[in-house]
Amino acid sequence: MSEANASATRITPGNALRPEDIALLETKPADAVAQYALWLGDDALILAQRLGWWISRAPELEEDVALGNIALDQIGHARSFLTYAGRAWDKTEDDLAYFRREPEFRSVHLVEQPNGDFARTIARQFVVALYQWELYSRLVDSSDPTLAAIAAKAVKEVDYHRDHSIQWTLRLAQGTDESRRRMIAGLKLTWPYVEELFTDHPLVNELGDIAVRPSSLRSSFDEAVKLVLDEADLELPDVPGAIGGGRQGLHSEHLGYILAELQVLAREYPGASW
Amino acid sequence: MTGGSTTGDDGAKAPSSGPQEPREAWPLWEVFVRSSRGLSHVHAGSLHAPDAQMAVRNARDLYTRRNEGVSLWVVPATSIVTSDPDAKDQFFESPQGKDYRHATYYTKSEGVKHL
Repeated sequence: MSEANASATRITPGNALRPEDIALLETKPADAVAQYALWLGDDALILAQRLGWWISRAPELEEDVALGNIALDQIGHARSFLTYAGRAWDKTEDDLAYFRREPEFRSVHLVEQPNGDFARTIARQFVVALYQWELYSRLVDSSDPTLAAIAAKAVKEVDYHRDHSIQWTLRLAQGTDESRRRMIAGLKLTWPYVEELFTDHPLVNELGDIAVRPSSLRSSFDEAVKLVLDEADLELPDVPGAIGGGRQGLHSEHLGYILAELQVLAREYPGASW
Repeated sequence: MTGGSTTGDDGAKAPSSGPQEPREAWPLWEVFVRSSRGLSHVHAGSLHAPDAQMAVRNARDLYTRRNEGVSLWVVPATSIVTSDPDAKDQFFESPQGKDYRHATYYTKSEGVKHL
């Protein structure tokens, strides 16, 4: 781990961090650190691809822009994490995003879940944003300076994603009978995928204070959820957890379709640019 | 108009409850952005939002993503009283030939400073 500590002399918390800076790092992250960066980068990348679908399809133009902005923030986080991970294996962010196969992706099942209607997307955003906020708030104290710097930039953006999803959860839950029905249905479809976010994995044991232990985030996540659900007069969905396995490359049937759309252009025309 | 086709719904279909009312558009809000400390808020444009809180958030997304501002105001468009565009001639008549409206028309009295 001292190798990871020694990296990133040009990267200090508080500096606005760009993927281009990360690509220029002289030292490489250890393999385990890169694997961890892949977890977080893949979550952000797949979520961004899902959210991008909404552009031109949201209830109003303003929501097209809001969801599009959130997707762009997530792509920014994905670029940083994937660039950093790629340093370990001499790969670029594009190599990792466009030329890995489905079992090589490490994203959780939650981010693959279909958009459904607007309420289901908001339910997914609610869970992702609260989780990512707890995660990045802790990752800023990582002993790996690059991960800490990526988290420091991301946490401010995710704070807004959290606010956006909470505002909509409250409004849908307390709007019309129809919007409330859809919000309840959306939460119920989303909740089976919550457990995987907080499941520990042997990789985290290897990483010590470089990574954030997923299970350690659960209680603050639950408290934050409860505050919103209480205000919205919603019940915590009572549904069993799904199997998960995203961190081992085991995915639901959805990811293949997402990757087909995400990767087709880069694979059809390698090196394409515009 | 029936069904919720504008939501991209591919899962949770509404129970069929007959034809639905056409969806009401969200109210219009006017957006004012202060670009830096010390300057006034300047009208930047307008947007739709269901309520005031969401209007501020939408304004942030639409008008301040590229460092345009340090402060935002949103005002319900209906709260703004405007001059009548048809009364332009009477309202904004040219001041030409009415030099007395400008202070330069008067001869400054002797000994008056700072005028």
